[in-house]
Amino acid sequence: MTHPVSPPAGGVPPASGAEKQAPPAESRRTAPPAVFARLDVRTLSLLGVLAALVVAGCVTRPEAFWDVDNLRLVLTQASVIGVVTVGMTFVIAAGGIDLSVGAVVALSSVWATTVATQEFGFTGVLFTAVVVGLGCGLVNGALIAYGAMVPFIATLAMLASARGLALLITEGRTQRVTVEGVLDLGGREAYVLGVPPLVLVFAAVTVAGWLLLNRTTFGRRTVAVGGNAEAARLAGIDVRRQRLYLYLLSGLCCGIAAFMLVVLSGSGQNTNGNLYELDAIAAAIIGGTLLSGGRGTIVGSVLGVLIFTTITNIFALNNAQSDVQQIAKGAIIVAAVLVQSRTVRNELT
Amino acid sequence: MPDLTSRRGLLFGTAAVSAGALLAGCTSNEKEKGSTGSSQQAADDKPGKAVTIGFAGPQADHGWLNAINEQARARAGRYSDVTLDITEGSNDTATQIGQIETLINKKVDVLVILPADGAALTQTGLKAMRANIPVVNLDRVFSSPQAFRCWVGGDNYGMGLNAGHYIGEKLKDTPDAKVVELAGLDNLELTRQRTKGFDDALKNYPNIKKVARQAAEFTVESGQAKMAQLLQAQPKFDALWNHDDDQGVGALRAIDQAGRKGFLMVGGAGALSAFEAIKADDGVLKATVLYPPTMAASAIDLARALGQGKGVAGLAEFEIPSQVTAYSAVVDKSNVDQYMPVGFD
Repeated sequence: MTHPVSPPAGGVPPASGAEKQAPPAESRRTAPPAVFARLDVRTLSLLGVLAALVVAGCVTRPEAFWDVDNLRLVLTQASVIGVVTVGMTFVIAAGGIDLSVGAVVALSSVWATTVATQEFGFTGVLFTAVVVGLGCGLVNGALIAYGAMVPFIATLAMLASARGLALLITEGRTQRVTVEGVLDLGGREAYVLGVPPLVLVFAAVTVAGWLLLNRTTFGRRTVAVGGNAEAARLAGIDVRRQRLYLYLLSGLCCGIAAFMLVVLSGSGQNTNGNLYELDAIAAAIIGGTLLSGGRGTIVGSVLGVLIFTTITNIFALNNAQSDVQQIAKGAIIVAAVLVQSRTVRNELT
Repeated sequence: MPDLTSRRGLLFGTAAVSAGALLAGCTSNEKEKGSTGSSQQAADDKPGKAVTIGFAGPQADHGWLNAINEQARARAGRYSDVTLDITEGSNDTATQIGQIETLINKKVDVLVILPADGAALTQTGLKAMRANIPVVNLDRVFSSPQAFRCWVGGDNYGMGLNAGHYIGEKLKDTPDAKVVELAGLDNLELTRQRTKGFDDALKNYPNIKKVARQAAEFTVESGQAKMAQLLQAQPKFDALWNHDDDQGVGALRAIDQAGRKGFLMVGGAGALSAFEAIKADDGVLKATVLYPPTMAASAIDLARALGQGKGVAGLAEFEIPSQVTAYSAVVDKSNVDQYMPVGFD
């Protein structure tokens, strides 16, 4: 059970609780260069795949693909699932899994768009979406950390009940948003220096997630718990509390994503977030986060999301139908992972 | 030829004789039997024999399915002689089978079944029929005609056909007109039928070309995502047909976000929000093609007539028909007021 990523785990022991910033920065500086090289190769190979896709887009539909509006479109479509994936990356890096993300997004978006919630305006919608997400995360975390439930089962149960509750609230209806402030945020007038607000939120969550994972004790503890929970516990980490926080974090990301989805689609529906769990897990794994835990990369996850969204975009621009899209998507996932593992292996030997 | 004329003669002769008989019947029976003029007993609003109707449908996780349940409930509520035993809808085949078997054991008089999956529930339909409980199969058809007494459903091919003809008539004078299709879930047979109908209708208009088609998933979220891509892919087109008004909410959002105008949009299914947009006439949505949820009310009517052993008013037969296909009418500004009460949200 020894994982290749011992340096971060080894950097944790002084985590008696008081010191938060200084030790990580120091150990980062002394970390073996091999770690950086390897991360770079992984990231580079992902960038290579993305570049190949961009070339494919430019060749097949130059005027429609190579366009600022299309860049905005791809980034906007990536933003909602991207925020979910950032949360998922933390959970997976710590050796867990969160199957409930899609259902939690659905429940949050539905709860945030009821007539009663909308009476409280913009803040009401935002607050409800985030708090419902956090609440689901709290239940997940408590069941897993203190109820000793397997993450797979606990979050599967949450998946079922959150979808059920979302259906109960909507009764199958589409809840349309009438709050002007929320609707306006998804329109062209809301662009900040040409950037859609949803993309800005995505960027902010990505940066915050990267800092949290790579520059704080919290991030080191996350990776340590994922690498070897028992060793982490012996090293003085409160593993259970850490796990609780991680599912809370994933819930928070789902809440934010739900609000973004409400802004984007102008409505709340119990079918929202369909299969987000699979998309988020796939993006994180392609990005280089280990499914068994012990390693997580936010940059990789975000690149994974962008690769998926770009594929969808290119297919749609070329008017490919669903059957072709699905087959090709599967093939490209396999190709991306193969290319990546090949490059990494070559670099290490 | 003489053969033909004589057959025709025979036909006319029979018709004349029957008409005469009918007239004669009318005069002679006037006092005794009232004004119907035939011995057909048609189901009407007057209370008759008490009928218990068991209703099993899928989980109402979509506006249309929700409307189906409401239509069935409201229709049953209109009749003092009808008791409706409605199950908690489920998308799980095993659960739905269990629910229907419970209704069979309760010995309801007639069953109305909207299966989550027609093929998977065929055996259950057969079981009910064998237990002498006639089944009215609603919309999603069983794989064996022995599994139901009567099928009531929508016309997916007709939906595409009518949408295509509506768009065709609007664009027939536009040279090199471009049309875009936002389809529903491609895994479903009904989506393919809708697309086929649409394509067949467009073949009548040589100046119109379908330049793009993308499939969404009947959800607002997928409608927004796929429409945004379609708009980026097609900088200019003249008409759009969207299979489903629920995903249309997302499609309209994407159109609004992209600031696109200058084309005609036709929806599908008949959501209240679509009717309101058509009535307001302030956007691209100009019409929608029905897939009427009122078919559930018709199913209740047919089940009641079946339970009371009557025919249907307006039809000559002594029994209810074996198949009823609801028409996919086009609703636009000219007739939207009439349909407003049946719009679902």
